[in-house]
Amino acid sequence: MTTTEPSTTEATTAAELTNASVRLGGKRVFSDVGLTVGRGQFVAVLGPNGAGKSTLMRAILGLLPLESGEVTVLGRPPAQARAAIGYLPQRHAFDSSTRIRGIDLVRLGIDGTRWGVPVALTGAARERRRAESGRVGEVIETVGATGYAHRAIGELSGGEQQRLLIAQALVRSPQLLILDEPLDSLDLPNQASVAALLRRICSSEGVSVLLVAHDANPLLGYLDHVIYMAGGRATSGSVDEVITSAKLSELYGTPIEVLRTADGRLVVVGQPEAPHYHGARHEHDHPHDHDHVHD
Amino acid sequence: MTPTISPNPIEDLNALLTFPFMVNALEAGTIVAVLAAVVGWYMVLRRQTFAGHTLSVMAFPGAAGAALAGLPTTLGYYLACGGAALLMRGARSSPGLGSPGRGSGAETATIATVQTVGLAAGYLFLSLNHAVLGGTETLLFGTFLGVSRGQVLALLLVAIAALAVVALATRPLLLETIDPEVARARGLPVAALDLGFLLVLALAVAATSQITGALLVFALLVAPPAAAQQLTMRPGLGLVLSIVFALVVVWLGLGVAYFSIYPVGFYVTSFAFALYLAARLWHATARRCAGPRSA
Repeated sequence: MTTTEPSTTEATTAAELTNASVRLGGKRVFSDVGLTVGRGQFVAVLGPNGAGKSTLMRAILGLLPLESGEVTVLGRPPAQARAAIGYLPQRHAFDSSTRIRGIDLVRLGIDGTRWGVPVALTGAARERRRAESGRVGEVIETVGATGYAHRAIGELSGGEQQRLLIAQALVRSPQLLILDEPLDSLDLPNQASVAALLRRICSSEGVSVLLVAHDANPLLGYLDHVIYMAGGRATSGSVDEVITSAKLSELYGTPIEVLRTADGRLVVVGQPEAPHYHGARHEHDHPHDHDHVHD
Repeated sequence: MTPTISPNPIEDLNALLTFPFMVNALEAGTIVAVLAAVVGWYMVLRRQTFAGHTLSVMAFPGAAGAALAGLPTTLGYYLACGGAALLMRGARSSPGLGSPGRGSGAETATIATVQTVGLAAGYLFLSLNHAVLGGTETLLFGTFLGVSRGQVLALLLVAIAALAVVALATRPLLLETIDPEVARARGLPVAALDLGFLLVLALAVAATSQITGALLVFALLVAPPAAAQQLTMRPGLGLVLSIVFALVVVWLGLGVAYFSIYPVGFYVTSFAFALYLAARLWHATARRCAGPRSA
């Protein structure tokens, strides 16, 4: 289906970043960051706001040049792997007056990059269009959006819009799904169900999922692997290895305490204010994230 | 100059078509209606109505400048519109993280500034020329008496060029309109699409003004597409409805103006307004009948 099939010498990793540094507007956002997303893994990039998580995603997508280091997606430079990546930018609510149906939004995931007049004249073209419509219906079903896919996207709730956007990213059967803060500005039940949906997609569709989050709690129990970014550096491993007092104290260079609540939620205490990084507008969207308790 | 209306509509229509100027006007109106309806549909969806308005205001400096330089008025208008489009896009700087969103505060201010400078320049040209701009009223409020064969031909060429661009880029333009961030990640030339559309919009505005006048272009550029978007969310059907509405408005406007002493711009605008109002009413009623929605 995707154009990635021929060149696969079977890349064992979905995405790999080694010793990567990025400089933006004269400021170094992070340096020496490494990351590995294995095939079929569910990986989260965690950390406070301003740590450079969105920037890291943009580097993996090939939208930003690295100052040093290397990035490969499915064993190739990101620009060549584009067809195999599904990407969901940080959630931006659609304007409530946007008169486009969810199903059309999902369909643009397939044909949004096709040039030419969209008229199916030949039998083969009509056949392809039918197959694509089938695929659109299928992914909408997968994300559980069948009930509202024909309504205006602007009228839907944040959680509903998010499911349709996931369907749009999923419709071309990508091998790597990258999501920037997919749980942001969703209420708690929706955070939980979207996290569960992503885990389900990861297993059932065999897609590697890499997402950015500033709160690990809705994702606990689903993740294979986490990367924690802070102060321009990163550390990675399993949740239990990374989100510990020792690891985070080392990363921040200041004493940090990780507490576990009775219901298993993690609370990070003593986190210093993230340095304000100007330029990445994505990082500015959470004015009330000060003490950064993981909740 | 004001023929009387007879009880027989067929007779009226025949009377109307015996005059070459009326045939020219109808042809020009038909071309303009199709162009404005299609380009306007995207403009409304992209929320670039203010940009469109600014382009329409460029009629004044365009025509005044052309008079000063001894060029045809129409050419001056096309040049002024195109120049303003480049200026508006050029001022929208895009360092590192991509351009600020359409309709952002900075962009609105830029457009407003371009508009003011345009008007000031127009007044300067007029003063320099020591003359009253011939047919100012025509320029601002439209006419159908003066449309020559040459102008009809020019309109046809402009419309074909602009519509061909839109037709070839239909789907990428739609994706870029709804979700620029996803479009960029998918490898679409987002900046080129944005600038390209603004130039097409400039052409459409300049062409439309030759029928409706510069101040009334929105009668064709906004009302029919906005009405169509109230009635349907399907992109294809929406475009077709928009064209049908624009044609009806233009034909009715020209037809009634022929039998009346009042200018064509007034009728075209009034019919467009009535149409938009009806569509809003229809939409509101349909919503109410559908019952309260869970948002």
